[in-house]
Amino acid sequence: MTNCVEFTMIKLTVNGKTHELDVEADTPLLWVLRDNLNLTGTKFGCGIAQCGACTVHLNGSPLRSCVTPVAAADGQSITTIEGLSEDRSHPVQQAWIEHDVPQCGYCQSGQLMAAAALLADNANPSDADIDRAMTNICRCGTYQRIRSAIHRASELATDAMA
Amino acid sequence: MNSKQMLDTAVSRRRFVKASVAGSGGLAIAFHMPVAGAAMAPWDIDESGTELNAWLVIDTDDVVTIRVAQSEMGEGVFTSMPMIVAEELDCDWEKVKPEYASANRSVTNNRVYQRMGTGGSGAVRRSREYLQQAGASARERLKLAAATDWNVPVAELGTDMGIVTHAASGRSARYGELVARAAIVELAEEPAIRTPDQFRLMGTPRRRLDIPAKVDGSATFGIDVRVPGMLYATVAACPVWGGTLAAVDPAPAKAVRGVVDVLTFDDYIAVVADTFWHAKKGLDALDAQWALGENSGASTDAMLAEFRSDLDSRGVVAHEQGDAYAALDDAAMRVDADYDAPYLAHLAMEPVNCTVHIQDDRVDVWTGAQNPESVLGVAAEVTGRAPEQVHVHNCFLGGGFGRRSRPDWARKAIEVASRVDAPVQVIWSREEDTRTGHFRPLSAFRFSAGLDAVGMPTALVNRSATHSILAALRPETVESGLDGSSTEGLEDLPYAIEHQSIEHHLKRTHVPVWFWRSVGHSQNAFARECFFDELAAAAGMDPVEYRRRLLNGKRDLLKVLETAAARADWGRTLPRGSAQGIAIAESFGSICAQVADVTVTRSGEVRVERVVTAVDCGNTVNPMTIESQVESSIIYGLSAAMWGRQDVADGALVQTNFDRNRVVKLPEAPVMETHLALSGGDKWGGIGEPGLPPTAPAVANAIYRATGHRVRSLPIAGHDLSWS
Repeated sequence: MTNCVEFTMIKLTVNGKTHELDVEADTPLLWVLRDNLNLTGTKFGCGIAQCGACTVHLNGSPLRSCVTPVAAADGQSITTIEGLSEDRSHPVQQAWIEHDVPQCGYCQSGQLMAAAALLADNANPSDADIDRAMTNICRCGTYQRIRSAIHRASELATDAMA
Repeated sequence: MNSKQMLDTAVSRRRFVKASVAGSGGLAIAFHMPVAGAAMAPWDIDESGTELNAWLVIDTDDVVTIRVAQSEMGEGVFTSMPMIVAEELDCDWEKVKPEYASANRSVTNNRVYQRMGTGGSGAVRRSREYLQQAGASARERLKLAAATDWNVPVAELGTDMGIVTHAASGRSARYGELVARAAIVELAEEPAIRTPDQFRLMGTPRRRLDIPAKVDGSATFGIDVRVPGMLYATVAACPVWGGTLAAVDPAPAKAVRGVVDVLTFDDYIAVVADTFWHAKKGLDALDAQWALGENSGASTDAMLAEFRSDLDSRGVVAHEQGDAYAALDDAAMRVDADYDAPYLAHLAMEPVNCTVHIQDDRVDVWTGAQNPESVLGVAAEVTGRAPEQVHVHNCFLGGGFGRRSRPDWARKAIEVASRVDAPVQVIWSREEDTRTGHFRPLSAFRFSAGLDAVGMPTALVNRSATHSILAALRPETVESGLDGSSTEGLEDLPYAIEHQSIEHHLKRTHVPVWFWRSVGHSQNAFARECFFDELAAAAGMDPVEYRRRLLNGKRDLLKVLETAAARADWGRTLPRGSAQGIAIAESFGSICAQVADVTVTRSGEVRVERVVTAVDCGNTVNPMTIESQVESSIIYGLSAAMWGRQDVADGALVQTNFDRNRVVKLPEAPVMETHLALSGGDKWGGIGEPGLPPTAPAVANAIYRATGHRVRSLPIAGHDLSWS
């Protein structure tokens, strides 16, 4: 059984663009994004869904792509950091810049995607809401700034709608 | 052309900036290998730009490209280093673009970039003077070019925002207009550099220049490098350090789709494939037989037991004053305690990786390294090429913390690439990255203090047994039986004690050790600051007041201590189960004190609510960076204090991924406040590490005051801290 791999044509809509890919069904979505679609903004950190550096949106919900077989996303819509905005204009991106959040920056694509999903679901999250939603690891320890920036992004998004 | 495409073309094409005459009168050729993902568009360098010296290029449109010889791993050097040059250059900060300095150029051109290794919190304090000089020298040449044009004395010219002005005649010229002529003038003498009271840019808060690229996925880390035709590989080493590969049947890997080759080396295997995932599947399919060697029975339990037993005997004396043993006997009261701290992995977010392309006439290496020169040296050695033929393209580092200063991973990648007829990117799994890492040393401590009638210490005997980093790295430096990186913070106590015997047992095991953020200070400050808290308790004295007395006359240390205590509202009333703890440490030229507010539930769950920091790094380049680095050090230090441990069983590492290496996540992050208590003058201290040493002891001391439990063995998790 070990080498008995299911070959499938997988159809993915990534950042609004549809791709048909000849990849094994069990390939993690992370590596399809990085190696097949050359979308390298989504990062590999642990491979076991612990760190969240690989976080993308599947139909708008945050997902750890390193343990998600690509077949599970077949025919569905994925957003990566490259698709969050065209010009760093998404409120979380603006707030991240304003609060000088990233240090090494490696985990920040995942943090931004997690934060964007939180705000899409809850326009004005409390600290407790942020605690529940933001479980990605940052070894540089940018958490305090992430928290402030999420509150700021919430304001920016609200201002934009006003 | 996007950044990735530009990187692709870099393989086959060198991009030369116009040759220009260097200040020394020699011909300096600057070629711009596009640098990995600086925040703006460093790929699109205007080739009409003119180099004024190795550090800076000015374009006709006034854009100033400033070369950064330190590695950007989150500590902010892509902003702070250019600020130092720009301070003197008087250019428009909005038009500054950082890019990496070339290791190839430094190695082949008389070390033009001087210090290219990043570590020891040394970026600012080790390179500030020559960076200021580079900026000042370029400014004076721009002025000289204008003075010659206008036939006026240089002394009458002023510079600001990238413009030279002559107030008397009302003339002005942009740097971009002057730079071609400035490149061919020579100064009679180098100008003096500015002092802190004259700074206009340094010392002002500036947003980091690399951040825009780090919020849209465009920043290029080593793992993001794409070279046309490249293959991927992943590796597995013998699980016991020092063991070797006995046998492996490559067939199961070769049956995996996309696998190109299985390569075997003395102590590791590499599987090469068309994608990383195929390489990993291939590697996972293998059933390698390892000759585990003589260490296959080793364990950290046995190592620590041995280290502890060493403490029963006197060690090599690292520092001695008075007669500590006699004074101990004579003391009114005696306090004894043993401490220990475990091996610790760096756990940077980006698993190590390296891309290598070996061609007939050149070798290209892309990786995120804390020392690109050492990577270059390894590449030259492994491939047998001259250093001139090796080009290391440093990328953004997905965390460093010391992990990326020893280029073991690059060596393996270059060995793999030497046997692959294509460019290849070698990526370590998280487990393999941790397993083949190098750890903060295991250490054990014993303190015996004699107190006088009012509880102040008159005698201290301290013994430590620590796995030596330098014993393997530079054995000639430890022939005395002492390793300065093991005893820092112990042999040079900040506290005044008349009689001291500071002794050391230099230890080695088969576990690889290396510099871990703040090195010896991380575990030594924990043991020292907790023990002095024990002395304060034995004396029945407030821990801040106790330290205040012991630091009598030490103005800078006292100022930092007082600032932390005052800003934290030290001594305020807290509910049962909550308390404050304090610790202070001087490391890498800076003093840092922290007050931790901690709550422990009755069942013993610890929550660090707040950490207030006071820091004296002398002067500042970018105050925003200082705050960020202190926050980073606290979180990194808190992860280590709470849960960090690398255990060894049967000779191999036990905890290899984040499922067993718990670290602080956002909900557990304390509120952090950072206050500057700068002593100024000509003091320049580091900031990447000094915020870390006080964190563990401040938390442990707060736990004691909240619960009565002394944590003398790290990590904190695993101790029963319940109270009633």
